[in-house]
Amino acid sequence: MTVDARINDWVLQRVIRRVMGPLVPLAATAAALLVGAAMVWGFGGDPVEGYRAMFTGAFGGISEFADTTVKATPLLLVGVGICIAFRASVINIGGEGQIIAGALLATVVVLALPGLHRGVLLPLALIAGAVGGACMGFIPGVLKAYANVNEILSTIMLNIVAGYMMQYLLLGPMIDKAAVEAGNHIAQTKRLSPNSDLPILLGDTQMNLGIVIGAAVAVAVFFLLWRTSLGYEIRAVGGSRDASRYAGMKVERRIVQALTLSGMMSGLGGAVLVFSSVAHRLSVESGPAGFTQLAGFNGIVAALFGGLHPLWTIPAAILFGGLLVGANALQRAVQVATPLVVALSGLVVVFVVSSDRAVRWARRVVERLDAAGSDRADSAPPETAGAPTAPSGEPGQP
Amino acid sequence: MIAQLALLDGAAVEVFAQARSGWSGFFTLATLVATVAAAIRLATPYLIAAVGESVGQRSGVLNLGVDGVMLLGAFGAYYTTVETGQPWYGLLVGLGIGMAMGLVYAFITVTLHAEQGISGIGIYLFGLGFSDLLFRQLVGTPRPILAFDGLFDFTLPEGRPDIPYPDLYNHSLVIYLAFLLVPAVTLLVNRTTFGLNVRAVGETPAAADSLGVSVARTRYGTILIGNTLAGAAGAVLALEKGIFIQNMTNGMGFIAVALVYFGAWRPLGVLAGSLLFSLVTAAVLQWKTLGILSGAAAQLTEMAPAAVTIIALVVVTHRIGAPSALTRPFRRGAEH
Repeated sequence: MTVDARINDWVLQRVIRRVMGPLVPLAATAAALLVGAAMVWGFGGDPVEGYRAMFTGAFGGISEFADTTVKATPLLLVGVGICIAFRASVINIGGEGQIIAGALLATVVVLALPGLHRGVLLPLALIAGAVGGACMGFIPGVLKAYANVNEILSTIMLNIVAGYMMQYLLLGPMIDKAAVEAGNHIAQTKRLSPNSDLPILLGDTQMNLGIVIGAAVAVAVFFLLWRTSLGYEIRAVGGSRDASRYAGMKVERRIVQALTLSGMMSGLGGAVLVFSSVAHRLSVESGPAGFTQLAGFNGIVAALFGGLHPLWTIPAAILFGGLLVGANALQRAVQVATPLVVALSGLVVVFVVSSDRAVRWARRVVERLDAAGSDRADSAPPETAGAPTAPSGEPGQP
Repeated sequence: MIAQLALLDGAAVEVFAQARSGWSGFFTLATLVATVAAAIRLATPYLIAAVGESVGQRSGVLNLGVDGVMLLGAFGAYYTTVETGQPWYGLLVGLGIGMAMGLVYAFITVTLHAEQGISGIGIYLFGLGFSDLLFRQLVGTPRPILAFDGLFDFTLPEGRPDIPYPDLYNHSLVIYLAFLLVPAVTLLVNRTTFGLNVRAVGETPAAADSLGVSVARTRYGTILIGNTLAGAAGAVLALEKGIFIQNMTNGMGFIAVALVYFGAWRPLGVLAGSLLFSLVTAAVLQWKTLGILSGAAAQLTEMAPAAVTIIALVVVTHRIGAPSALTRPFRRGAEH
């Protein structure tokens, strides 16, 4: 292969990656939205009108966009955590439980130290949230690394455990005692200290510091994954456990760290969810899923949509936050209920995951063309020895 | 919603009006028998779904979408029964929906080689959202259905020899069919050519492939079986409770997946797991109705089944390995 051919090859690969990367999730989402349009049409609504209402409801004005950012924040934080775990080939389905653990620990801190200055209390509570989530990620991490317990199952079981734990704590020790005395047995805390409210960023809207925290965390995780040796090892372990072990990496430790960090992000998301809530309290009145709003699952959708890249997860989360906010407008406009969006996000996951093969197929076609090209190039004088090029005609196995 | 579900569960446990409250009330023969009878009833949906899932996993396919398929099957059965008044039709529709979802899942994971864990979550979210959506669009306000009526009931014949505790046997016919699945699937997996293929494909798909067994066709078969049973499990759940509620499975499908690990991929083990799991659940419910557990503490004990499952996972995966090809898509010529 001549230098020219190799540069060509390299450019081609870059172009494919650049174009296919964002294209696949976009196409998958477009496909999901098409199915959604068919559903709306099937229920007797006008899909165009519905989607228009959805878009204006989510991005049509400052206050709409502010609501979208509020919904996007937990998705972003969970999604960034998912990026870490999935990059290590660890499937963390425990976002729900980690959100709950983070929210609970953060709330405990605020309930215990309500008088602290805002500048101290809020960071402390957010850190507590991260710690709570990290603990919830640590458990399945250890179980996977040292007892070979499938992390998918253990995280799902921990979701259930966390849900009941939350109901127990909010009906028991953490319940709003004043309300109980007044005869109100609602599973929620009292209004938390105003010192723990996340500051509103934009005048009359709900947009708060949470989205900024989320974006900052996304940037930090990007640096962690691609600019530190820990991140490198996490990704290496995700690529091949055996090869990483052979290279001297502590595979078990990296797995635990990946799940712990992943849980940490979700836990932070849980804390943000509490401190940015309209009622400024932790409530499980509408069930654990009512509190998390399924962010533990929808965060996976956002992360997949963002190509498991923390920075791309930012716009992805905002888009899915917009879907969630816009669902209400869609319901008002065409009388199709909001669970449509849950179904759509499921479809997005399915389409993104299965489009992988389409990408591979495209890559292989290009590689084959390429190999045909390099066959001709190979008849030219042999190139420098030791260059790690694959034998010609052999498409690199993805 | 949670309270509503708890109420429904409570109805499943037969409470004796004359039972005393407290522990002394629990440790009476009548209450213990009622608890076991309730456990058998509660175990049914788990059992059906988990036995189905075990077939899929033996062939190397993990399906995390069970919960979503169950919800769709539950809605289909409920809606059909509301419209036609025939629970048998409802059950059939539940089976049909499961089969359809199975085709979709098989296409995604076998034909398109998609990552199984994540695509399962996609199926779950789809089922969760779509069943809720259909319910709100087509039904709106919950209408209870007269589900397992006389037609379904199995009662011991009158002139029978004296069997102790007849309550243990008076169940719907569907429950008996569910328990018959255990020997049926055991035979299918261990004593038929298809079962041999399933096990071969689940352990070393490349070897099976080289011997002319179609990995794809075998996996399509097992996924269809698994999802059909998941749809059936949802249908049974809806018919048993006589109603459909948003997210009424409340994670049962995920527990069913865990029970497969718990049962070490054998139908008999799955049966043991389901019974143990629902025995704990039934006991907790019974304690609640007897006032042994009250208020917040009840929530704490309700996490017991999930916590027990985690511990069981640690013990089981330590001793018995999963099918080696589990979660691995098969590509001819590729190493995995």
